[in-house]
Amino acid sequence: MRALVLGGLLAAVFVAAAAVSFVWTPGDVTAVDIANRLQPPGGSYPLGTDHFGRDLVSMVMVGARVSIAVALVAVGIGMGLGVPLGLAAAATRGSWLDEVIMRGNDLVFAFPALLIAILITAVFGPSALNAIIAIGIFNVPVFARVTRGAALSLWTREFILAARVAGKGRIRISVEHILPNVANLLIVQGTIQFSLGILAEAGLSYVGLGAQPPTPSWGRMLAEAQTMISFAPHLALVPGLSIVLMVLGLNLMGDGLRDLLDPRVRKARA
Amino acid sequence: MLRYGLRRAASMLVSLAVASVVIFCAIEVVPGDPAQYMLGLNASPDTVAALRAELGLDQQPVTRYMSWITGMLRGDFGISYTYRTPVAQMVADRLWISLPLALYALILSTAIAFPVGIMAAARRGSVVDMGVIGATQLGIAVPNFWFAMILVVIFAINLGWFSAGGFPGWEGGLLAGIKALTLPAIALALPQASILARVMRSALIDTLGEDFVRTARAKGLSRRQVLWRHALRNALIPVLTIIGLQFSFLLAGAIIIENVFYLPGLGRLVFQAIAARDLIVVESVVMLLVFAVILVTFLVDLAYAWVDPRLRGAR
Repeated sequence: MRALVLGGLLAAVFVAAAAVSFVWTPGDVTAVDIANRLQPPGGSYPLGTDHFGRDLVSMVMVGARVSIAVALVAVGIGMGLGVPLGLAAAATRGSWLDEVIMRGNDLVFAFPALLIAILITAVFGPSALNAIIAIGIFNVPVFARVTRGAALSLWTREFILAARVAGKGRIRISVEHILPNVANLLIVQGTIQFSLGILAEAGLSYVGLGAQPPTPSWGRMLAEAQTMISFAPHLALVPGLSIVLMVLGLNLMGDGLRDLLDPRVRKARA
Repeated sequence: MLRYGLRRAASMLVSLAVASVVIFCAIEVVPGDPAQYMLGLNASPDTVAALRAELGLDQQPVTRYMSWITGMLRGDFGISYTYRTPVAQMVADRLWISLPLALYALILSTAIAFPVGIMAAARRGSVVDMGVIGATQLGIAVPNFWFAMILVVIFAINLGWFSAGGFPGWEGGLLAGIKALTLPAIALALPQASILARVMRSALIDTLGEDFVRTARAKGLSRRQVLWRHALRNALIPVLTIIGLQFSFLLAGAIIIENVFYLPGLGRLVFQAIAARDLIVVESVVMLLVFAVILVTFLVDLAYAWVDPRLRGAR
């Protein structure tokens, strides 16, 4: 429970910062202010400024927006496609459909998110949208597997048998009975994939495959900081620590949620 | 076991075939004219036509796919458009950095994770265990490329123990090569070691709760003897699977780390190829990496089935 609260608080700080950045930031993230470039943290710039004189608090706030949006939509894509596929595979266990879905999953697993992003970028050029698609595609088999695994054990339960006897079809049973019972697991997995998405987005932006200038992103802030790290370490510390704290918060939240929602873990602890 | 192996091999071949079609379609068919893309919008139609003929783009997609695949099987990956050298040669040169880097990181990750995971499981609930849980939680949250930058600041810029980047080449001596790969390998290994230590810890805790452990203790074996003689060997099965899977991730993850340390490996090659619109190189490197991931997964499956016979009959 402590992990859930601590993790939730950490994540909430960044989500709130991202939300506030839509209406207000302390400075303009696109304005150049050479007179105040590379200011160390303190005074009117609590986290300092970058090589263009942009306020790092504002950059982190807008960067959080990009990271969260990319990771969230990618989780949405993963869930939106993966969950129905997992439900269908479980409902038709052993059939050709199950086989095709699971082998398709194996295939997507062979393309780590970075490789998908490289392929997409090679074809369409780098953008935040391509990062979303790459991370989203990578999420699909994860959700399909989790859903199928959990749904398979549910299909042998008596309440499902009762629903079948009552004349309900496979699709209706999957939607009305299986889905609500795997929802907890999906929430936990969603939190984990969300944190992995933040890391993946940062990695893709770092190598220039994510959001493009002038939109600030944590990964690109790190890439820009690399050549100046010896004389302006705050440029690398600020976005780096933001990623660590956000991911740590989400991971703690995931652990806490699993303890709270997953009956197997609850039972093991009791 | 043989039947299981053959079934998995067939499945691997199908995966490879489908992956190759996906990569081929993504690069050569979907975006329109690769020759136009490579030369840019201002290229004259004659130049584009000449490049199309040179790349064989005037042929049917099926013919091009077949010649690409049969070429790759023979070790002929085509000629790089920018460098004008065989892609196979470029890939082979770069592989001598990326492959040792991934292996080095894997060795480091295992060397860190095993003692840490075992120590935490053996003293479950203690301060040590809590410390390991906290540290591994943090290790998973740290992006490896950021950790790499911090390592450079501490060990290259401030202490001067390692160089901040670049690779002297294996001709410069084994030790110099290993030294140049040490910081990148540590950066790559940290998150993987954290994951592996957690898996090791939970697998060992699960095994220590099994009946056969209780029986061994009842026979008079000490906790330490039970841990080393019985529990550890049984806990290794899930751990070995994760190690196998991590190798693929390390190979792909090296792409980013190579950029932090300016290592001339496959990762640098693929990004340079993207920047230069050298699609043939991108296509070949991605196919090679996907092949590596599928092959490692296949070997892990085989090893797992060899250790645990129950899996051979599983779907």
